[in-house]
Amino acid sequence: MERVAIRAKGLVKWFGDEATRTIAVRDASFEAHYGEMLYIVGPSGSGKTTLLSMVSGILKPNEGSVSVEGRDLWQMTDDEIADLRLNKIGFVFQDYHLFPRLTTAENVAIPLILKKMEWNKALEVALEYLDIVGLKDRAQLPPVKLSGGEQQRVAIARAIAGRPDILIFDEPTASLDGDTGRKIVEFIKTKILNRERCIIIVTHDSRIDEYADTIMKMEDGKIIGVEKKTEFAPGVEQ
Amino acid sequence: MSGILKIALKLLVNDKSKFAALLIGITFAVFLMVMMTSMFSGILARSSSSVYNIGAKIWVMDPAVNNASSSIPMPDYVLSTARSIKGVKYAEPIYFGGAQVKLKSGVYQAVTVVGLDNATLYGRPNLIEGNIADIYGENAFFVAKDAEYSKLENPKVGTEFEINDFRGVVVGLAQVASSGLFGVPTLYTTYSRAITYIPSTRFTTSFILIEPKSEADTPYIQEQIHKLGYEALTRDQFVKKITDFYTYKTGIGMNILMMTAISFIVGLSISGQTFYTFILENLEKFGALKAIGAKGSELISMILFQASFTALIGYGLGVGLASSMIILARIRIPDYAAQVTYTTLGFAFVMVLIIAGFSSYIGVRKVLQIQPFDIFRG
Repeated sequence: MERVAIRAKGLVKWFGDEATRTIAVRDASFEAHYGEMLYIVGPSGSGKTTLLSMVSGILKPNEGSVSVEGRDLWQMTDDEIADLRLNKIGFVFQDYHLFPRLTTAENVAIPLILKKMEWNKALEVALEYLDIVGLKDRAQLPPVKLSGGEQQRVAIARAIAGRPDILIFDEPTASLDGDTGRKIVEFIKTKILNRERCIIIVTHDSRIDEYADTIMKMEDGKIIGVEKKTEFAPGVEQ
Repeated sequence: MSGILKIALKLLVNDKSKFAALLIGITFAVFLMVMMTSMFSGILARSSSSVYNIGAKIWVMDPAVNNASSSIPMPDYVLSTARSIKGVKYAEPIYFGGAQVKLKSGVYQAVTVVGLDNATLYGRPNLIEGNIADIYGENAFFVAKDAEYSKLENPKVGTEFEINDFRGVVVGLAQVASSGLFGVPTLYTTYSRAITYIPSTRFTTSFILIEPKSEADTPYIQEQIHKLGYEALTRDQFVKKITDFYTYKTGIGMNILMMTAISFIVGLSISGQTFYTFILENLEKFGALKAIGAKGSELISMILFQASFTALIGYGLGVGLASSMIILARIRIPDYAAQVTYTTLGFAFVMVLIIAGFSSYIGVRKVLQIQPFDIFRG
């Protein structure tokens, strides 16, 4: 039986007051499993990012619940959610959000430093992760000196440095050319995904569909279809 | 230093242009504030120099007197009465007057002449050259060797000059605690010679200096003098009266206060604006940190650290710059009236903390408002 990493039930999110209310996500329910690479796809404005934010503890839903490894996310305090994000969830943002005033190694070390690891030790560990993404030789450069693909890999190294169980990618190929984008996703699939890790990718890049285990389609805030390429049995939470 | 603060430090100092702008703003503000308050402090210290130099414990004066250099002569009965008050060990008159001396080179120089009681020389300065008894010699004067001393063409024992067509002879050089405010040299002589050489009014006693038998006698002496219609002030009270006069009744205090306030506002504006821009430029990064798992308290500590670090460095540079300016000014103008005191430094430090606090406040508000969702949404 596969373990469930995230279970979302009846998520609803709207913005604005009653007169100007816009419903971004309507009654969204799904499960993401360890060992699974789940895509959330759909056109712009379909609610992908909003859904992703709700399941990763960044945006509180108006209705519904999210459980991560069996714990109800939105019953936690702000600090508990911050701790959960730090220890369980790794983010790769669309614009990477690397710190231009820090070196590449220091950027990768940020989650470790937030976990109170000693500075030099954190930099040592960061080098190991830069090695995994093939950028150890760029460790002392500022991110602005790197290409888009390299910056993407630095962002991945930063996301996995904290050894999270759940990795969330927001449009990982949006800023990359087709070939680089495919290489990055292939790298994620082959090197980053494992049986102990769940990866959720928000994308509207159909060229990388071949790497997905599950593709969840959204439109107008609704999940309109789920295409399973790898079957995950309804599982139990850890 | 914790890792999160090290990140904050690197974010700050590696943004060289912003960091430089912040430092310049705070340094400039501190420099101006320290300069203004140091000048004021110097003026106040100089304004009370006579009180410190004479060193009497109680000063009797007309209530209208505001400072030592503008005395109102008192009739002799005040001195007689003062001497008869219970608790007075002794009471002696002292004379303060102004005159022009003609130096050997033919140049005229304004001086302050202090006439010490003939018998006791109460209030006399310490001599560094000459003998105290020589003051009783013909036309004898001591010269205070202070910052104004060179204006008398660096006289030595035996140097002669003219004072109101009288001959004067320097018989000793005196050490004083502080130079006067108005940049004129000070001569000491006997009371009788002073009132003879300088045209005087009917009454000649500028102040009466009292030595009480004990500190406990001071209130009673003050009360008795008050009954005469005069005022008896301890040294500290007289210094405070002079300080209050220059602070509140001459415009000097208000001008200095306004300049200091302007310096503070300029520093606050430059630093606040630059720090705000710095925060705005890094806002997404702070949002990303939040998304990664940084707690609000950690982000606040980062901003407080950045603001405090900049403020302290700027404070050090500002104080250093102001001190250097005062030292340089003293090389050119020995009697330059400015002094950096602990009060001055403390005042500037508090002002800098307010600047840092204000800058932090606007930064913290902005950073706490940013939601990680905004980072996702782009």
